[in-house]
Amino acid sequence: MKPHTLSVLVENRPGVLSRVTGLFSRRGFNIESLAVGVCEEPGMSRITIVCIGDDAQIEQVMKQLNKLIDVIKVSDLTENDRVERELALIKVNAEPGSSRAEIMQLASIFRAQIIDVGSRSLVLSVAGDTKKIDALEKLLRQYGVKELVRTGTIAILRGSKTVRSSR
Amino acid sequence: MKTGAKILIEGLQREGVETIFGYPGGVVLPIYDELYNSSLRHILVRHEQAAAHAADGFARASGRVGVCLATSGPGACNLVTGIATAYMDSIPIVALTGQVPTNLLGNDAFQESDITGITMPITKHNYLVKRTEDLGHVVREAFFIARTGRPGPVLIDLPKDVSTKEVEFEYPESETVTLRGYQPTYRGHSRQIDRALEMLIEAERPLLYVGGGVISSDASPELLRFAEALMIPVTTTLMGLGAIPCDHPLNLGMLGMHGTRYANYAVTESDLLIAIGVRFDDRVTGKLDTFAAQARIIHIDIDPAEIGKNKRVDVPIVGDAKSVLAEMLSRIQKKKDYERWLARIRAWKEKYPMRYPKDGALRPQFVIEELSSLLKGEGIIVSEVGQNQMWTAQYYCFRKPRTWITSGGLGTMGYGFPAAMGVHFARPDQVVFDIAGDGSFQMNIQELGTVAHNRIPVKVAILNNRFLGMVRQWQELFYDRRYSFTELPPVDFVKIANAYGIDGMRVEDPSDVRTALTAAIETEGPFILDFRIEREENVFPMVPAGAAINEMIGGNCE
Repeated sequence: MKPHTLSVLVENRPGVLSRVTGLFSRRGFNIESLAVGVCEEPGMSRITIVCIGDDAQIEQVMKQLNKLIDVIKVSDLTENDRVERELALIKVNAEPGSSRAEIMQLASIFRAQIIDVGSRSLVLSVAGDTKKIDALEKLLRQYGVKELVRTGTIAILRGSKTVRSSR
Repeated sequence: MKTGAKILIEGLQREGVETIFGYPGGVVLPIYDELYNSSLRHILVRHEQAAAHAADGFARASGRVGVCLATSGPGACNLVTGIATAYMDSIPIVALTGQVPTNLLGNDAFQESDITGITMPITKHNYLVKRTEDLGHVVREAFFIARTGRPGPVLIDLPKDVSTKEVEFEYPESETVTLRGYQPTYRGHSRQIDRALEMLIEAERPLLYVGGGVISSDASPELLRFAEALMIPVTTTLMGLGAIPCDHPLNLGMLGMHGTRYANYAVTESDLLIAIGVRFDDRVTGKLDTFAAQARIIHIDIDPAEIGKNKRVDVPIVGDAKSVLAEMLSRIQKKKDYERWLARIRAWKEKYPMRYPKDGALRPQFVIEELSSLLKGEGIIVSEVGQNQMWTAQYYCFRKPRTWITSGGLGTMGYGFPAAMGVHFARPDQVVFDIAGDGSFQMNIQELGTVAHNRIPVKVAILNNRFLGMVRQWQELFYDRRYSFTELPPVDFVKIANAYGIDGMRVEDPSDVRTALTAAIETEGPFILDFRIEREENVFPMVPAGAAINEMIGGNCE
């Protein structure tokens, strides 16, 4: 059982996302994270799904996804050399004084940006893989995280290889 | 300029549809108005569920796409069980539903239900058509998707304003529909086919395990030629009955929970299982770890997701059963002698025949055997679900594909009677019998109205034991005979039939069975037979839930 990153190319039509997520829930597959947006091919969207399962389960997930008429291509990126990113926006308590400086220091170490400054809080924007964001969040907890917003993971293959429809 | 309703009706005609089953209502008024002048035959059912089952029965008997039509909200929701039934058994139907006008969608309008949302998990695909301009293409695609690849139900939801709006229209003529997300594989991989043929040479005890996929791909002739060419015995699932004639020397009958002992023993001892158009359902396999535990497995199926879903497979072949079997036949170079294995199977067959008590009581197995011998493989047999279905599967001798129509995967009580109506319109030349229980028959008994109204010559043989028999059987065997809510009060089915203007006969003595069945067959219109059978007869042999399939109880080996 390990996380798999699936890249799913779909028709950009109403209801496609609910077909995909409905399939996961009714077949008992778990979604760890999900991100969706338009892509380079006109009329298509790309959904990146991270899900956990053994090889047989992931094979079944992919086969079931492929059966959906609106799904054009499903690829498992897990075994490939790839770059993964997610984005988090973190609102953290920052009373004027020493903690504020500490938080700004942490932000700079993690290459996070401070995108909003309030009288008693800061909003940090950070991009990276899941582990990096987890680590920053953990460090910020001591100051009091008021709100945390994370996107799902998106992923792309390194080098010139692509995940595109073959047609 | 044409209205959406006209485009729809023309589309159905272009797809070769002659008969549809439906029930009118508010938002489908424009469609019904168009039907009024059309040459399409519309059969008015008494409940929308029956329309879906009738379309399904039509599809199973004909191999063509069945069509049903219902209004929005309750009408559409009443189709759901029928659509799910078709989905589980991979039956091509197109379900048309009305919907509230597009400007009211999502408003909880009168008779609004999100039927595309509701049917998402039970359709192969569905459409909510929002623009009349798209309708022609949608109809074309829906029929294409329903009948190709692994067949299945497709639903088209039509808002009222889409039906009434007028647009310029020409029906898409091209023979092939191209969908970039849907490209079924029909031809098997040649290297896998060679590997399968090698395994057949290596094997000592091969067995063909054949299901509904062989029926739906019309692969029976190829299956027979293949089995006979290599002398491999054949067992079929409930859905595969009829793929090989029941009295063929290589046939072992049905396997699984209520299969024959010899079929289940053969699976257990086989060293090579050639699974074709099957899905290793729990009613077939029993305890999965012990199912065909000594065997290597070749799995041929058009749906790649079925291969390896429940059981690890040694040789996967994705493709259409007919084409793959033909390809395998053409590549056979060597043959192996399996005579020792066949002799072993013959010995099992002799030692453990299907048997039931012959003691003067009216037993359901006898009724079915009599019907089987009267019809001699002609006619089409439909069943309800439960004991009636299992007894028919065990004791009726099916000789041809598409002559056995039953709800396998979903196990829908109330399926048989309306499905039989659909079967009649697919094969008007055939005698159609619905073998029912008194429980199942009462689930769609209102269709007596449809049958009487249209003089649909469907015969119903009710195996009446005044119990929900299969559940009662489980209560007897596993719940200490505590018959919790399974006893039904007596019903005079002949009187009910008579009230609709349908003839019927009650039968209480075995010596009257043949006369009664003959009377039903010779009556021109519909006919109801009420067989008052032995009340606590069981379906045996039986594999208890969770047991290995060779651990059977009851039946013929006391």
